[in-house]
Amino acid sequence: MAYIDYYKILGLSKNATENEIKKAYRKLARKYHPDLNPNDKTAEQKFKEINEANEVLSHPENRKKYDTYGEHWEHGEDYEKAKHQQSHQQASGSPFENYSGEDFSDFFNDMFGGRTSGRSGNQVKFRGQDFNAQLQLDLKEVYTTHKRTLTVNNKKIRITIPAGVQNGQVIKIKGHGGKGVNGGPNGDLHIEFLITNSTFFKRDGSNLYLTKDLDLYKALLGGEIVIDTMDGKVKFKVKPETQNGSKIKLKGKGFPKYKKQGEFGNLFIIFNIIMPTTLSAKEKELFTELSKLR
Amino acid sequence: MKTTQLISIKQFCSHYDVSTTFISALQELDLIEIVITEEDEYLHARQLHEVEKMMRLHYDLHINLEGIDAISNLLKQVQDLKKENQILKNKLKTYDGL
Repeated sequence: MAYIDYYKILGLSKNATENEIKKAYRKLARKYHPDLNPNDKTAEQKFKEINEANEVLSHPENRKKYDTYGEHWEHGEDYEKAKHQQSHQQASGSPFENYSGEDFSDFFNDMFGGRTSGRSGNQVKFRGQDFNAQLQLDLKEVYTTHKRTLTVNNKKIRITIPAGVQNGQVIKIKGHGGKGVNGGPNGDLHIEFLITNSTFFKRDGSNLYLTKDLDLYKALLGGEIVIDTMDGKVKFKVKPETQNGSKIKLKGKGFPKYKKQGEFGNLFIIFNIIMPTTLSAKEKELFTELSKLR
Repeated sequence: MKTTQLISIKQFCSHYDVSTTFISALQELDLIEIVITEEDEYLHARQLHEVEKMMRLHYDLHINLEGIDAISNLLKQVQDLKKENQILKNKLKTYDGL
């Protein structure tokens, strides 16, 4: 268990006054408070650290003990004695109990036996903390609406994932976050979807893009080709003299529109014309002849 | 059909031990909407999360009401920019290699 320098966390020297501690804490709390930094795990961690530092340094008994034994907490009987005494002490505490309660470091818990204070006696009810989770899905999986069972904090939750969900989109599952404090409502669970793509399609919203190789002869003379779409194969007639990079639109063959049942985007096919290689003598002769016609 | 759940402001304030003037002040700044029915005032349940957040900013971080107003606007802008950024990232991925 590593020693934590609480003074350093608050940017203070060891002889900082109570007022300086309070000021430094307020300043950092305003910077890293989770309400001001939604979904920022780094800020959340930092907030927990400064909260813990304040919990120790803003209470004279805690501070004295920390200053005396802190760095050498692993050694000495005095430390053990102090630890026992501490468990009977009460003090006024940090106002951020709904964010900080159970998240103190092992160092803090070992030295002070868990949280030493709080707004005791004041039964303020707080909504539980919101949880954030990420769910990785493949593009093929979000082509159709489906149900999935997730395990969040040892609880199984069955959710419906609507077709057409976007990469980075967040859905909120009400009441499945942290438990409320003093009977307050539970927080929410926010699930962010990370959509990977193992298909040949590129997706932009509900539109899909596919690059299709086309041989020179079919590009010049036209003909029938088979195109893969998300829901099967489609036959398509290529127009004669199709240019390299030209684009065609297959209406309604794209991706489902989110929460718009039965509505689909378009599939755009971009032609990539493949030039013949390793020409035979005869082919060269014919191409030369063709070039003379132009 | 969408159900509207209303929470009595009196009840809310006694539950959280906050002054009703705080809620009125939030309304004056257009930060929340208050529903008045049969001479009682209510909050929409969907606003609860936001009101609790504003309470924490005010009572825990000592941010005044004008500060809460500014923070709310800026957080909304951050949220919108994050969404836009995500859409642009997705778009970039689409055109990358096309």
